[in-house]
Amino acid sequence: MTTYDLTRTPLREVNQALHAPGLSGEIVIAGPQGAHSVAVGLDAPVKVTIQGHCGYYAAGMNKQAEVTIEGNAGTGVAENMMSGVVHVTGSASQSAGATGRGGLLVIGGDAGARCGISMKGIDIVVGGDTGHMTAFMAQAGRLVVRGDAGDALGDSIYETRIYLRGTARSLGADCVEKEMRPEHLEELEGLLKAAGYPDDDPASYKRFGSARTLYHFHADNSY
Amino acid sequence: MTLTPDERARRGLRESATFDRTTIAAIQRAAETGIYDIRGWGAKRALPHFDDLLFLGASMSRYPLEGYRERCGTDVVLGGRNAKYPLHLDIPVTIAGMSFGALGAHAKEALGRAASAVGTSTTTGDGGMTPEERGHSKTLVYQYLPNRYGMNPDDLRRADAIEVVLGQGAKPGGGGMLLGQKVSERVAGMRTLPVGIDQRSSSRHPDWTGPDDLAIKIAELREITDGEKPIYVKVGATRTYYDTRLAVEAGADVVVVDGMQGGTAATQEVFIEHVGIPTLAAIPLAVQALQELGLHRKPDGVQLIVSGGIRNGADVAKCLALGADAVAIGTAALIALGDNDPRYDTEYARLGSAAGFYDQFQAGQDPAGITTQDEELQRNLDPEEGGRRLANFLRVLTMEAQTVARACGKAHVTHLEPEDLVAISIEAAAMAKVPLAGTSWIPGQDGGF
Repeated sequence: MTTYDLTRTPLREVNQALHAPGLSGEIVIAGPQGAHSVAVGLDAPVKVTIQGHCGYYAAGMNKQAEVTIEGNAGTGVAENMMSGVVHVTGSASQSAGATGRGGLLVIGGDAGARCGISMKGIDIVVGGDTGHMTAFMAQAGRLVVRGDAGDALGDSIYETRIYLRGTARSLGADCVEKEMRPEHLEELEGLLKAAGYPDDDPASYKRFGSARTLYHFHADNSY
Repeated sequence: MTLTPDERARRGLRESATFDRTTIAAIQRAAETGIYDIRGWGAKRALPHFDDLLFLGASMSRYPLEGYRERCGTDVVLGGRNAKYPLHLDIPVTIAGMSFGALGAHAKEALGRAASAVGTSTTTGDGGMTPEERGHSKTLVYQYLPNRYGMNPDDLRRADAIEVVLGQGAKPGGGGMLLGQKVSERVAGMRTLPVGIDQRSSSRHPDWTGPDDLAIKIAELREITDGEKPIYVKVGATRTYYDTRLAVEAGADVVVVDGMQGGTAATQEVFIEHVGIPTLAAIPLAVQALQELGLHRKPDGVQLIVSGGIRNGADVAKCLALGADAVAIGTAALIALGDNDPRYDTEYARLGSAAGFYDQFQAGQDPAGITTQDEELQRNLDPEEGGRRLANFLRVLTMEAQTVARACGKAHVTHLEPEDLVAISIEAAAMAKVPLAGTSWIPGQDGGF
């Protein structure tokens, strides 16, 4: 196991070490103290544990790696993630998992506004509530919210599937509740299990997605 | 029926200056369809532009350089302020960002071939990087856009520079559009969207807002690429002085300013013609900001790239004289590839247009095979021949700029300066901040009005 202490080693040095070819094993990053861009651009099958709160873009653009943030994460955690797993034990600020294209993001606590904005294939599981504009313009992937969602859930959504256990304060443009078919229950069960919530009953969730009425410019589609 | 001006006069017909025929047609079209007009190209209205400036060639008080004999350099280094590997370009004319999606793969390949042939850079666009483009582009700038279509860290690392796009001249404050006709299986796949939908790109970045956040975003991009790549920030020309200052303070190595004549593949007509400021007006604002920060034309300074309506070497030279370090061309590059070529007159007529007027880039039916995803139409553009034509054009732009620079006594095109210019209209003099020809009057300066 390799340990870096961000109170002693510059961030660039730590990130560059994480980009070394053939990286493997387990890495601990101590003392993040809210630093931005911690463990960004990883592309190796390694386990990284960040011991503390992170600022913006923690584990941004992650590929392959399994990153655990022991604390809260700032704006854009795991933004544009390609694969691997990012687990935030605390809560996450806005734009969590933004534009993510693959992998799994688990947020133990709550997520702020625009969680899953423009997501393109990532799976996101939020243990608590999410803020307004959750899954705004979400294109692909799955988003699970175990608590409630704020205003305008799924506004201008494309093909992302949203599973919500609580209630949404309001639905965004073109977002509608959809039938929970057996394949969706099965899909949700898998997601909950992967995120560490195997005891949740998938049947207690509702599914939301696109009504697909905004897919083409039309006079009646303006606001 | 089209009447000649003489016939109109004989019949006593008078066209309204306010409600001219183009305006009447626009009202009729809107009433018919109930939706705004979407088209390609840039602003078509007359604007103060580079034609309103003239160079003061050398005479008694300035010595000219001999054409073809005395060296006039054209090379430019971009992004040396922070990046480990700045770009070294042989000429100060680059290819602007245009998306795969808006353009077909043949066109993107041709742009790359041309840029590589003359030692300059080309740029990706909304929709990500294609292997054809990367493969044929020696120096490729990767656009980092609000929608992040096709964005991935591998392409980020494969790029030679990164351009964070906040806006473009044709539509500052607006996101991209790609109508369903062009959202082919390949385009949709790269953008993770359903095939055939009218695609709306975002107008704001999804994970940052404002200059303080941009600084953090630029720092993240540097971390991911180990500080190797120059990072550009591109803005549509509006509040250019402030945008430039804020971009630089956020960490930009290069600022790209795109004036309202800059082209687009698909935007609302109202946006193209009514939002933004002319390129001519934007350049001095950006230069002023860089000068005040002590970073204009300095070894570790920030470079300025200007685009929007650049058509010939005189335009290039005028941009450089006003303080740009390089320019970018888009519309002119497409014309060089074969866009609006009279040989497609019959096809343009079938589409209700004509060579010289065709701007329906959103429709995907381009007879020249450039702004289309239709494989049959794309065969009309041979990437090698298109690349050759564009490389020729880039060489001409460079030689023309050198011709002017030598005439002004400059051993490098970037030695041109505002002092070499005068304006032939009051508007241009005020915008470009150079004197009206034959006077020492710069409207708005030194107590002027």
